Amino acid sequence: MLEDKDRIFTNLYGYQGWDIDSAMKRGDWDGTRELLARGPDAIIQEIKDSGLRGRGGAGFPTGMKWSFMPKESKDGRPSYLVINADESEPGTCKDREIIRHDPQKLVEGALIAGFAMRAKAAYIYIRGEFVREAERLNAAVAQAYAKGFLGKNACGSGYDFDVYVHRGAGAYICGEETALIESLEGKKGQPRLKPPFPAGAGLYGCPTTVNNVESIAVTPTILRRGASWFSSFGRPNNAGTKLFCISGHVNKPCTVEESMSISFRELIEKHCGGIRGGWDNLLAVIPGGSSVPALRAEQIIDAPMDFDGLRELRSGLGTAAVIVMDKSTDIVKAIARLSYFYKHESCGQCTPCREGTGWMWRMMERMVKGDAELEDIDMLQQVTTQVEGHTICALGDAAAWPIQGLIRNFRPVLEERIASAKAAKRIAAE
Amino acid sequence: MADHAPQKVDPSIGRGFQWTAENAELAKAIVAKYPEGRQQSAAMPLLDLAQRQFGDQNGGHAWLPVPVIEYVADYLGMPYIRLYEVASFYTMYNLNPVGVHHVQLCGTTPCWLKGADEVMRACKDMGLEKGKTTEDGLFTLTEVECLGACVNAPMVQINDDFYEDLTYDTTKAVLEALKKGEQPKPGPQVDRQFAAPQGGPTTLTDMVK
Repeated sequence: MLEDKDRIFTNLYGYQGWDIDSAMKRGDWDGTRELLARGPDAIIQEIKDSGLRGRGGAGFPTGMKWSFMPKESKDGRPSYLVINADESEPGTCKDREIIRHDPQKLVEGALIAGFAMRAKAAYIYIRGEFVREAERLNAAVAQAYAKGFLGKNACGSGYDFDVYVHRGAGAYICGEETALIESLEGKKGQPRLKPPFPAGAGLYGCPTTVNNVESIAVTPTILRRGASWFSSFGRPNNAGTKLFCISGHVNKPCTVEESMSISFRELIEKHCGGIRGGWDNLLAVIPGGSSVPALRAEQIIDAPMDFDGLRELRSGLGTAAVIVMDKSTDIVKAIARLSYFYKHESCGQCTPCREGTGWMWRMMERMVKGDAELEDIDMLQQVTTQVEGHTICALGDAAAWPIQGLIRNFRPVLEERIASAKAAKRIAAE
Repeated sequence: MADHAPQKVDPSIGRGFQWTAENAELAKAIVAKYPEGRQQSAAMPLLDLAQRQFGDQNGGHAWLPVPVIEYVADYLGMPYIRLYEVASFYTMYNLNPVGVHHVQLCGTTPCWLKGADEVMRACKDMGLEKGKTTEDGLFTLTEVECLGACVNAPMVQINDDFYEDLTYDTTKAVLEALKKGEQPKPGPQVDRQFAAPQGGPTTLTDMVK
């Protein structure tokens, strides 16, 4: 188990003050000027060496992402850092804790990351429903300006850097980086075709990097304690500590910072008081937010909670939002509700997703009742593959995967339901 | 589900809308956050500001009549249709009247697993109906998608505040308090520190005040 001295988010539960003076007592903004003095290339190298992979779901190496940004502007276009605080993936509620209880980690991270990628400013795009969290974040940014940590000659580094908070207004799709950029430009949040990638032409057509809140908020600590400290946690290629949000049928749902690659069993036993009704009562787990396929109990119980370990099980770590379901759960209905979510959140731009999410949801509703033929399971599976990979962004994939996971791991449940619905119909007819 | 049709009630509502002196300053500050020539970026924050102001001026019914959207579009120098596109795309802009307390019930899987149906039942028993506003104009109930408080499920958002770890009884208690004009305490409705496990944290115990 990770020790408290190695936890990055020391005020995760808000027992201490969130204000900048309290945060500085906890070590934020300590020697930031010296960190910046190492220079952009050294900072990027340190983040690369730490093995930090993006915490927003895809797990792309953060240092490498930063290195895609132009080192100098050849045509006068500025560069931007955009921080994705649109936390909307069902099951995920980690960035909220960072923003409301440890916001200076994010603000300091914004300066360091922005400096490393030679950005002029950072825009933090926070989901609209987080009204109180946005108020807190705005206050935190204002406090950092008042201390001279942001703005002209930020931290006395000679570098000018601004941080702005932008609130969304309720659209899951704006968590997709190009939709987020569109939204930030004051348009509907519909994803852009890539290429060009944001590092070439993003916000206002300028080089842009979009990073998750947690990825940015851990960088100051990584620089202070060193890449080797961070990479000492977790298995190779899955380095670091991670915020896990465990919801659903555990005795004590919570958000907790743990070492990557911790086993599912240990995570639940240590922090959540076990599964409701005991381990034998565990039915299924969605290990990384609603978009990743659900796994059966025996598949996940002793699996390491990291990118590669869950990939091997044909699921994923995603945002590390662990949704636990015990045997009282109607797993078909649980997944059908997610299908409704994706139907609701499809932006409507690509036909396979706009039409497919609605079709898949209606089909799933029939599956819940067993009002289908056995062959329909294969047809549903086949249709998911026609949505997956045929859309501009990954929402189509995200809508397909939970259903594919259901069919792969819980097919007998679907078959049984269809059979018993047929039997009930027969009896009614007689 | 969000209603995308613009203003189905009296079209004169909202005519003559303009920023209050205070909001005029705020609007200027918001536009200044974005680079020169990119004032369209302020579309979303200004729609939000307008919706709030309209609510304050209309007994707490915060929504966006067409003339208000037109005013904001003019303010930003963009065509009305571009701004209407934005206003109808995002769920938080209410294009038609809502109650004083907009109850947004999360029905997505993590909340559903923990009893969102019970919360819905409590709302029903209090006279709230999904997608409708109560006769007294006090409550509108909307079922929304994941609001990002899953470890504190089930939950509802009422206007700007989250009410978490709800049961049938506590949901009723919150609604009853609002009905009486009181302000119930937001956050977990059980004895719990934010997202920490109930009964006390398993980590960072030295940080507990």
